[in-house]
Amino acid sequence: MNRWLFAIVILLLYALHQDFWLWRSARPLVFGFLPVGLAYHAGFTLVAAALMTLLVRVAWPSHLEEQD
Amino acid sequence: MTGTIFVALYLAAVIYVGIFAFRGKRGGDSAGAEGFFMASRSLGGFVFLFSLFGTHMTAFAILGSSGHSFKNGIVTYGLMASSSAFVVPLLLLFLGTRLWWVGREFGHMTPVQIFRDRWECGHIGTLIFVVQAVLLMPYIVIGVIGGGTAMRAISGGLVPYWLGGAIVAAVVMSYVFFGGMRGTAFVNAFQTLLFLSFGTIAVAVIANGMGGFSGVVERLLADPATAPLLTRERVSPLYFFSYTFIPLSAIAFPHISIFCLTAKKMAQFKRTVILYPICILAIWLPCVFLGVLANGSSAVPNTARDEVLLLLLGQYAPEWLAGLLGAGIMAAVMASDSQILALSTMFTEDVFAYYGHKERFGERVQVMVGRGFVIALTTVAYIVALKAPGNIFELASQYAFSGFAALSPLVIAALCWRGSTKWGALASTLWVAGAVLAVAIFQATVTAPGVWWQVAGADAITRTGAGTVVFGLLPVVPMTLISALLMVVVSSISPRPSAATVARYFPSAAVQ
Repeated sequence: MNRWLFAIVILLLYALHQDFWLWRSARPLVFGFLPVGLAYHAGFTLVAAALMTLLVRVAWPSHLEEQD
Repeated sequence: MTGTIFVALYLAAVIYVGIFAFRGKRGGDSAGAEGFFMASRSLGGFVFLFSLFGTHMTAFAILGSSGHSFKNGIVTYGLMASSSAFVVPLLLLFLGTRLWWVGREFGHMTPVQIFRDRWECGHIGTLIFVVQAVLLMPYIVIGVIGGGTAMRAISGGLVPYWLGGAIVAAVVMSYVFFGGMRGTAFVNAFQTLLFLSFGTIAVAVIANGMGGFSGVVERLLADPATAPLLTRERVSPLYFFSYTFIPLSAIAFPHISIFCLTAKKMAQFKRTVILYPICILAIWLPCVFLGVLANGSSAVPNTARDEVLLLLLGQYAPEWLAGLLGAGIMAAVMASDSQILALSTMFTEDVFAYYGHKERFGERVQVMVGRGFVIALTTVAYIVALKAPGNIFELASQYAFSGFAALSPLVIAALCWRGSTKWGALASTLWVAGAVLAVAIFQATVTAPGVWWQVAGADAITRTGAGTVVFGLLPVVPMTLISALLMVVVSSISPRPSAATVARYFPSAAVQ
């Protein structure tokens, strides 16, 4: 069950990477200078780090460590 | 002159760290091939994180990314950085840990050793070695080109391109030759710390010099010629989508997969997986943003390419700081060390040892051969770099990255699919080799831009200024999908390895 949930979350984040809705927009400028398309992907990177933290906690392949 | 002095000091520090600083640790000559090529599988802590990250980042991380964003705008970050920040940690978590386990369990030192053992094959492994070696060469050449370019720019032309490339090649060759994997890993960790610091300092200095970013951004938005650079309208969504396939190359790159085998414990991957996206953000965001803003600076001519950041620093940073930051740039540029070591490891293990020479001449000679290979390879890379005119980013992405991304189904199948066979691996490898060759020939012979082939009125294959697109997608997409399809189809109709071999790789606890 968890495995499917992880797969869905990963696919969802992959879909969010393809942000065609911000394609031709530079504004609003985040912090007054960062184009929204760039700020979005900077935020995406932080979300990716958060997802990795979650996956390391709940999907860590501990069975490989146990066999070592 | 100041820049040249700082870079000289930096190169001296690199040689010290790579050759002398950790000489007494495990991994010297007395530890044999495992010591020289694998650092005795003992890398841990932040060294593992920073060296793995530094190994993956090449000259394009600083020079190529800013040069690309100077021409194409903010899209560069989404194309390579955020996609890598998402895909690469996933690969390390789900495949890197398995690679580590297989290496630790069966003593393998290269991907080809794993393939040979897992699929019970010999010469197919040799073919995979040849394809990997040919694809890795451009990646190594990138390091030398980047070194020559950076040295020339930092020294203000005092050091010519040929000499800068020669110095970088000689320094890299020295610490790889003497320090092996341990020296290379510590140099990589040191370099990563330097170039991660670079981004923050460069942004602060250039922002101050430009009088703040808001004014420059508004000026760029007001000019119809530069406003599109602050959006992604210069590339299509399909092209953007294609780029998410490129980071798959990370796990198929021999220097990355070999590096996964050097971790002391599997737990070392945890910190790496979590912090990898943060490291990407720290280096790519400033470089891409500054590359775009360079369009608003009189210091950067329209014809500039990969030297954009160096020109900005020359204009806005005091000379001593520009020199110091130049050393940070050199740190990112000199990333070909681990590729050179990986190829040397592959040659000595997959060819020299596999064909009986290790048994005949002994392990000491094997390490000597590995060192000789380092010298030969670096020399060849330097000669090629002198002849190669290409832009760093394009050269890397079109051949090395696409080819290795399309080889990723081999790694995935070997580690995760019991049903995979050597014939499936052979079919995928032949396809990838043929496809890369076809793209290279196509781009060398067909003049850009132009539609080369149409299907039912749709543009099937188009030669663009930046390369080739297939139905609007980069070649890496069909290359990878067909490679995966061939692996599945051919494996399904060919005999599997023995049950004993499959059981070794998929013991009950490991099979989910």
